[in-house]
Amino acid sequence: MTEFKINASGLGYHSLNNLIKEYSARGPGNIKIENVFGQRYIGAGLESKVRIEISGTPGNDLGAFMSGPDITVYGNAQDGCGNTMDGGRIVIHGSAGDTVALAARGGQLFVRDGVGYRAGIHMKGDTTKSPALVIGGSAQDFLGEYLAGGVIVVLGLSHDGQRRHHGRFIGTGMHGGVIYISGGLEEHQIAGDAVASKAGEADLVTLEPLLTDFAGVFGYDKEELLSNHYLKLLPRYLRPYARLYAPGGHETAPDR
Amino acid sequence: MKDIERYQNPYHDEKVHEACAIFGAMAKSGKTFSAEFAIRAMSNMRERGTGLGAGFAVYGLYPEMKDLYAAHVMYLDKAAIESTEEFLSSRFQLVYKEEMPTRKVKAFREPPTFKRYFLGLRDGQIEDESEEDYIVRQVMTINNELAGSYVFSLGRDMGVFKGLGYPEDIAEFFCLENYRGYIWTAHSRFPTNTPGWWGGAHPFSLLDLSVVHNGELSSYGINRRYLEQSGYNFSLKTDTEVVAYAFDLLVRRHHLPPEVAAMALAPPFWDEIDRREAEERSLLLALRQTYSSLLLNGPFAIIIARHGEMIGLTDRTRLRPLIVGRKGDMVFLSSEESAIRLVEPGLEEVFSPCGGEPVISRLGTREAVGGAINC
Repeated sequence: MTEFKINASGLGYHSLNNLIKEYSARGPGNIKIENVFGQRYIGAGLESKVRIEISGTPGNDLGAFMSGPDITVYGNAQDGCGNTMDGGRIVIHGSAGDTVALAARGGQLFVRDGVGYRAGIHMKGDTTKSPALVIGGSAQDFLGEYLAGGVIVVLGLSHDGQRRHHGRFIGTGMHGGVIYISGGLEEHQIAGDAVASKAGEADLVTLEPLLTDFAGVFGYDKEELLSNHYLKLLPRYLRPYARLYAPGGHETAPDR
Repeated sequence: MKDIERYQNPYHDEKVHEACAIFGAMAKSGKTFSAEFAIRAMSNMRERGTGLGAGFAVYGLYPEMKDLYAAHVMYLDKAAIESTEEFLSSRFQLVYKEEMPTRKVKAFREPPTFKRYFLGLRDGQIEDESEEDYIVRQVMTINNELAGSYVFSLGRDMGVFKGLGYPEDIAEFFCLENYRGYIWTAHSRFPTNTPGWWGGAHPFSLLDLSVVHNGELSSYGINRRYLEQSGYNFSLKTDTEVVAYAFDLLVRRHHLPPEVAAMALAPPFWDEIDRREAEERSLLLALRQTYSSLLLNGPFAIIIARHGEMIGLTDRTRLRPLIVGRKGDMVFLSSEESAIRLVEPGLEEVFSPCGGEPVISRLGTREAVGGAINC
């Protein structure tokens, strides 16, 4: 595999992304980028299955619209990471800012630590493609807001040893997809649009492959992650706002 | 960054502006530092601005004149100088005046004139009001009644430098490399609802208070009407003006601690208040009832500075970003983490405070700033 190195120091985001495009067009390769300080749109729209390693703090909209690359960040990601991503993978050895994985429609996003507001907002999926967002730490408010599809898992691993989450308005407006959360939660933190139950054996089909990958990437014990108790949130309605402007009934979500 | 983009961007699509950028740096020891942190951090967030407004507020700026009020005044019209100086001489003891040092910058073809005054108060000049109220009244008079004159700041040992350009342009224009301060706040503007003009740039200042703001205040109308009843006159055509006056009213005139003022500006939701302990609940209820017209609605992240204090605050659902970084006694606030890491690579702590939770850094204190990432 060909290896490319980029020193991003002083490089504008446009030049940096042109370099990445140029290198990724040369076939499978490993692009190492160092000294990244806020350059935006890294890997945006890329379709090739190139590997990108980033040291530093990538700017907003990291990996937006991408469908191929496997991006690893050694540092924290800023806002809009994985914006509308279509496929591929983003692994963050650190935290992510607000609206991580917003409107994602495929691919996987693994965050070792915590995430900001509105993580996974309006992720969507169908029978052929479904995005997954796994968060090692905790999430601030509005996790899974307007969730339409895909899977969000919150492990609560690095959260002050108490494993109690503080995020509020979880699942506000969710009408598809599923959220799994491990660690303490109070009822008022969950929005009325979500229905909570305990995850069971049947959920392992979804959780096991994701947690196996997550444990592998960050060096956790997979069995330990799987043995945690998970709360499962499903949408109460498929169309929560069906009655907002016109009278009529909600469409109730089917049993899963 | 500007010149790099010029030759690295063959598509000329560099106008990817999207938001404002705010930044603040404070040495809690009170030790002064140069403009470099603020300028480099702001340059790194260039895409957030548009060149339609930028500025800096500096504290600990005039240590040799710290007993006098320093006035930074902009004249859009040279004819305004005489009348304003006459006014200043009648209301203050005009100790020293000078043209503000500026240099020619390509971006500004015909910049306004800037003058700096150091002002004292004559004995017996003030009747029946506090010194601060007197000063505020003079600032309001100049801004509203003396055509073509605008006070950018009038406080002790501090000053505001701002105008219609990118932060780097403003820094170059005002020769900011010659100044030092123990707090620097900075702003780069993406005007949304109101025009970009020299006076509409941030920071907005009153006495030693200054505010930089990313976002927009949909409550501007109701906030403004409430503040006008308390004698504040609005002249700067930008929503952020209400934050400066609201904070002045709550903290200076109504003597609320900044922590409590933050609860009035960005109060918890009603159901959140219901879950608090009885004592806190009654405080929050009283604040919401008393100051319902000062609630700031709409998305915002703001940095408020005054002598001895730098405060970061976002709206209750954090619709605009704010990152806190700390190393030793240095505290940084920024729209983006990368800008902090660029100027201080060895950060000991980085987090993003919850919506409505103020992050307050105080001079001479050792305790870590408040807030936590997982709230």
